[in-house]
Amino acid sequence: MADITLRVNGSEKKVSVSADTPLLWVLRDTLELTGTKFGCGAGLCGACTVHVEGNPIRSCSTPVSQLAGKSVTTIEGLGANGLHVLQQAWIAEEVPQCGYCQTGQIMSAAALLAKTPNPTDEQITQAMNGNLCRCGTYERIRKAVHRAAGNGGTR
Amino acid sequence: MSPLSRREFVAAGVAAGAGLVIGFYLPHKSGSQEESFSPNAYLRITPDNKVTIVVARSEMGQGVRTALPMILAEELEADWKQIAIEQAGASTLFGDQTTGGSASIRTTWDPMRKAGAAAREMLISAAALTWNVPRSSCAAENSRIKHAATNRSLSYGELVGKAATLPVPTDVTLKQSKDYKIVGQRLPRVDSPAKVKGEAVFGIDFRVPGMKFAVLSRCPTIAGKVSGFDDKESKKISGVSYVGKIGDSAVAVVGDSVWGAMEGRRVLNVTWDDGPNKDLNTAAVMASLKQAASKKGASLYAAGDPAKTSGRRVSAEHELPFMAHAPMEPGNCTAHYQGTKCELWAPTQVPQDCRDSVATAIGLDPDQVKVNVTLMGGGFGRRLEHDYAVEAALVSKAINAPVKVIWTREDDMRFSTYRPASLHQLTAALDGSGFPVALTHRIIAPSISGQKGQPVPNGVDPDLPDEAGPVYGLPNYSIEYVLTETPVPLGWMRSVYALQAAFALESFIDELAVAAGKDPLQFRLHLLAKDQDLQYFTTTWHTARMRAVLQLAAEKAGWNTPLPAGHYRGIACFGCFASYMAEVVEITMEKDQPRVHRVVAVVDCGQVVNPSILEQQIQGGIVYGLGNALRAKITIEKGRVVQGNFDDYAPLRMEETPAVEAYAVPSAEVPTGIGEPSVPPVAPALCNAIYAATKKRIRALPILN
Repeated sequence: MADITLRVNGSEKKVSVSADTPLLWVLRDTLELTGTKFGCGAGLCGACTVHVEGNPIRSCSTPVSQLAGKSVTTIEGLGANGLHVLQQAWIAEEVPQCGYCQTGQIMSAAALLAKTPNPTDEQITQAMNGNLCRCGTYERIRKAVHRAAGNGGTR
Repeated sequence: MSPLSRREFVAAGVAAGAGLVIGFYLPHKSGSQEESFSPNAYLRITPDNKVTIVVARSEMGQGVRTALPMILAEELEADWKQIAIEQAGASTLFGDQTTGGSASIRTTWDPMRKAGAAAREMLISAAALTWNVPRSSCAAENSRIKHAATNRSLSYGELVGKAATLPVPTDVTLKQSKDYKIVGQRLPRVDSPAKVKGEAVFGIDFRVPGMKFAVLSRCPTIAGKVSGFDDKESKKISGVSYVGKIGDSAVAVVGDSVWGAMEGRRVLNVTWDDGPNKDLNTAAVMASLKQAASKKGASLYAAGDPAKTSGRRVSAEHELPFMAHAPMEPGNCTAHYQGTKCELWAPTQVPQDCRDSVATAIGLDPDQVKVNVTLMGGGFGRRLEHDYAVEAALVSKAINAPVKVIWTREDDMRFSTYRPASLHQLTAALDGSGFPVALTHRIIAPSISGQKGQPVPNGVDPDLPDEAGPVYGLPNYSIEYVLTETPVPLGWMRSVYALQAAFALESFIDELAVAAGKDPLQFRLHLLAKDQDLQYFTTTWHTARMRAVLQLAAEKAGWNTPLPAGHYRGIACFGCFASYMAEVVEITMEKDQPRVHRVVAVVDCGQVVNPSILEQQIQGGIVYGLGNALRAKITIEKGRVVQGNFDDYAPLRMEETPAVEAYAVPSAEVPTGIGEPSVPPVAPALCNAIYAATKKRIRALPILN
């Protein structure tokens, strides 16, 4: 067991877990932030995407020990002061079906817009291609990213 | 009538066999139960004017939590903004609660409409009595009853006390579609905000205080068993508190965290008795289908006699592999066994089956098992099984504590129930112009229900009547089914047998059109030219409706307009779950692989309840179908499933996703299925486009083999 301190959604969190525990399970089981999802456990589906220091990472494949002192943002922290412009766009474009992958999709999209406020179709595909959706919402995701970009992109 | 006697009254309504489902009071959090108006199991109105509508189907992304309440709210003349939704668990009040077969709207359309209309009429009566005016002078609108002559109105909330004392009418007038204000509207889904905020509670997210987590090590060989295990290393893992056999073929590792349980399983040493299937492989399964092909089949559909028809004969054989549903949320269930009762929180399409199979497994009566239905991260038929629920209950009983069983992706891929592999033999007799005057389609495939020990009347798998019907009005047309058996676990996967039937039939029809030198669209329209009713089990297929979806799809796709250089089109149509579907796929070929640019899809599914959700279902079904067509293949080696994760079983990603245009034929007919009908035409339309591009006919899926 190891004591690890990290910043999650702006607050300092000290967790006591085995050092190899993936961030995903620290978020879900220890911190009870269940908006981040388990999909494949192997970095293949993107359902577990969160930001570390603003960069999108697959939390299922990132040991928490690598994140001591780092700043983590999850879906719960994305729209901390109300809905993020992407979340608004997701609702407006009626993206979610089952919705399970959508928090990871939104986190990937948020990282894209933070660096590329007006992405092209190609840039969207590149940024979002690692996020699987079995309900097949990809085209609505693309529209929602464009909509959010048109509304300023980040918030 | 006092509240107590009112309850007795409504209970009596059940015994008397009233037309409506009556007599269910849902548990309330507030103390307002005595004040509420609940004329049937689907509805409760409280004095604060809140209308709570109960959804007795499971939400797996297909939109039932929005669409079903819309149907009731329409007849109730309710203010949609004041609707609250409540999810029913396993119950005895709603009939069969199975969510599958594209049936949620089909089977609840009437009960939901009648439930809303009965309540509306009672509220009108309550207002008329209050004002002492004729009922006919009162009208319901936007959750109020209005008396126009005196410009008075009362909210539904203000009328609940009086309405609740009135008898529930058994014969109510339903609205006409031209008067609909809610049904047919693009109302936003009620579940979107929670889903984009990460607040939606899926099965995997649900927590009970003191809950443990478990993962199971299951015998990798089909129908193999545990012969022994050594848990010494597992118990060294922090938090692992229990390791024990569950059933004959699995060992559970229980921990304080999911990760701890997974680590405990990783170091667990199990020895397996591989059992009877240790030499089974996919080639043997396909060979057994070929062997069975010479057997006489059960007749699914018979017009005329193809065997006695003269004309030049052509034949083709098609085959399809096993496929896995792979919903994004892996299998899971939370169970809390407490001696004489057990409560479950299950992401399930079959709450009642979960209840019954759990009761049997842990030795309780079904009414001692409570099943709550959570949101599901996709279903696609995988959650028509109840293995995850039984496992959770058994583990909870073993450790005498609440527990969540979680499957990993590899568990989901390797211990699923698979879309049956199948073989199809098609034979046509052609007239002088190359049109078929006779067609025989033999479907050789194992029976899903048969494998599960469910009835297979006259050798016909009970799913086939919804999924393998005739498309064309041919004078001699036979569809036959040869039932086979396989040890590979089988399940109902989105569109079930319709995917296989449509791929074979619509590829073959295209082949005939090409051989005849005819345009594939015109060839099909010719075969549908005459208005005919084709009776197939309980469904009557109308050639006119199939013709209409084909024509509209061709028009929207610009079938007769030239394509850019290097672009090719394919078309296919099929009917299943009582809906008609036609699709046009446009592709280019890049390094011998198709790139799909555009899919135009047209459905006739009767009255559309919510066009936005309908488009979601069509777009999603096409992406699912493209994934199935291009790469989906589960193979067996040495009795074990080979594929394990999204690398070797790779669904469609954004880069491969085409623009999908979805259209519905305007209709006021009774609504039919929409969750599945868009899936089957995709593969043949794509393969027909590939033929147009390459002159290569694909007779086996997946395409990228």
